[in-house]
Amino acid sequence: MLRGLWKLTWVETKIFVREPMGLIGTIGMPVVMFIFLGRTFGAAMPSADALRSPPFNVPILSAILIAINAVTSLVAIIAIYREGGILKRLRATPLSPVTILSAHVIVKLVFTIVSLALLVMAGRRLFPGVMSVPLFSFTAALLLSTLSILSLGFIVASLVPTARFAQPISAAVFYPMVALSGLFFPLARLPLWLRVVANALPTTHAVSLMQSVWNGGGWTGHWSDAASLVIIAGISSAIATRVFRWE
Amino acid sequence: MFQVSPSGTTQYSSDATMPRTVISVSQLGKRYGTTVAVDEVSLDVYEGEVFGLIGPNGAGKTTTMECVEGLRRPDRGTIAVLGLHPQRDATALRQRIGVQHQEAHLQKRIKVWEALDLWATLYPGAVDTDALLAQLGLESKRNAWFMTLSGGQKQRLFVALALVHDPEVVFLDELTTGLDPQARRAIWELISGIKARGKTVFLTTHLMEEAERLCDRVAIIEHGRVIEMGTPAALVERHCPQRRVVFTTDATDAAQSFHRIATLRSIHSDGATHTLEGTGDDFVTDVINVIAREGIRVRGFRTEIPTLEDVFLKLTGHGVRD
Ligand SMILES: Nc1ncnc2c1ncn2[C@@H]1O[C@H](COP(=O)(O)OP(=O)(O)OP(=O)(O)O)[C@@H](O)[C@H]1O
Ligand SMILES: [Mg+2]
Repeated sequence: MLRGLWKLTWVETKIFVREPMGLIGTIGMPVVMFIFLGRTFGAAMPSADALRSPPFNVPILSAILIAINAVTSLVAIIAIYREGGILKRLRATPLSPVTILSAHVIVKLVFTIVSLALLVMAGRRLFPGVMSVPLFSFTAALLLSTLSILSLGFIVASLVPTARFAQPISAAVFYPMVALSGLFFPLARLPLWLRVVANALPTTHAVSLMQSVWNGGGWTGHWSDAASLVIIAGISSAIATRVFRWE
Repeated sequence: MFQVSPSGTTQYSSDATMPRTVISVSQLGKRYGTTVAVDEVSLDVYEGEVFGLIGPNGAGKTTTMECVEGLRRPDRGTIAVLGLHPQRDATALRQRIGVQHQEAHLQKRIKVWEALDLWATLYPGAVDTDALLAQLGLESKRNAWFMTLSGGQKQRLFVALALVHDPEVVFLDELTTGLDPQARRAIWELISGIKARGKTVFLTTHLMEEAERLCDRVAIIEHGRVIEMGTPAALVERHCPQRRVVFTTDATDAAQSFHRIATLRSIHSDGATHTLEGTGDDFVTDVINVIAREGIRVRGFRTEIPTLEDVFLKLTGHGVRD
């Protein structure tokens, strides 16, 4: 059914682009945030001078927002498709359930790359230092992170009762994860139980991995983060296949 | 008849007079929480026939159909479609059936041609989608977004999607609900065409005229049970054998002459208008013969022959329930 997968992915891509609000909200918002926060706090690599260092890593915050936006958008789409009976209609075709959902994942990953490209282009024009970021490696890190959070998104999508609640519920689930990710304060400052929770969340490992890659540290030393992202993706996909509701 | 061997292949008997069973439902039961949607339904649909499920709102037609399509898991009973198990063999089955749901939607911003093109990709040997669009009067909407279609246009698109791969079995749940007369006729013609090519059609409808016109056999279902099944003509014959002749004449005493007809039940005269009720296929002929023999000069003459609708109302009480 590979032909079906590509066709569905292409159709879903066109449909996504046809909705300007969704497009601007999910793709443009992190870039605007990046420019605004970058102007305010500085967006380049952290400087040796602690006083001049931004209070948090602006590029990584923007990147994690790209991933979170992809996920909340996915949750909303699934909820709308389910409520409208679209999922049910697609399932009555020879498309396998995995194919139907994979198409959405691919669309989200593609637009993650688009969003990141916009962010980097804006960064190169506006902020010195962004030039030297290892782009290929960073894109890979962001995609892995997004994929891991997306698989969690399928569980959330199964839990939201109606399309109206999709946005608030996914915000309530994913924004606290960003707060706990170590982006705003070191995890070491958290009580033990919260540190355990934080380590089970994909966002924490995503931030740790992306921070290292953005700053030129590469993947070495962060293989455990990458492995955690893969494991979280595997576990949540397994749970999602059990709890996913088609109607 | 056929049996399903353990390997899942279908064996056909050599008996040519026995039609091949395409859909076989036996003692199907399905409830939602405490609501019994389907109590006990058993039916067989044969190859090449148009089979209609009719019944009041909430009778369990959609639920039955969705169990057969493999979209719902029944609580009880066994189902085979083309010798396949609707759930275990879902992948193989979905290649060979086409479905149109009673209430369906597509992506708001998908274009008509994109939907057809997507569907055509999913099946080997899809038909000419442009011809299908033309047959359903949707050519001018090729590039329209789904959300901009009218209700009837959406309905027609879903019929097109059900037929895009010329499936062996077509499921149509309320195929013409909300359609204008032209579109309804176009779809009736499509169904006749499908039938002429030997395909099997399983449909539900609330239009008794449609059931009478399209269906070789119908099952009347109420409260999740099949209460009657057969050809529309046989059901009318069985449950509503009465015939009524209404004529107008200036001749006095005209009514007297009809008492000799053995199948006459009653005569009601209101001035010049006489209403004769009787039973059986010969009743109308008998009345005409009497009129001719007695040389009664008739100014107006009409017959009222019961239809499937009368059968339906008689068997299910007064139509709408819930
Ligand atoms: N998803 C569901 N959850 C709970 N109850 C349901 C569900 N779907 C159907 N029912 C109930 O099951 C019963 C049968 O419904 P079904 O849709 O099969 O009827 P139907 O014969 O198709 O009716 P209609 O002519 O109105 O389409 C109804 O009482 C309905 O309320
Ligand atoms: Mg129904």
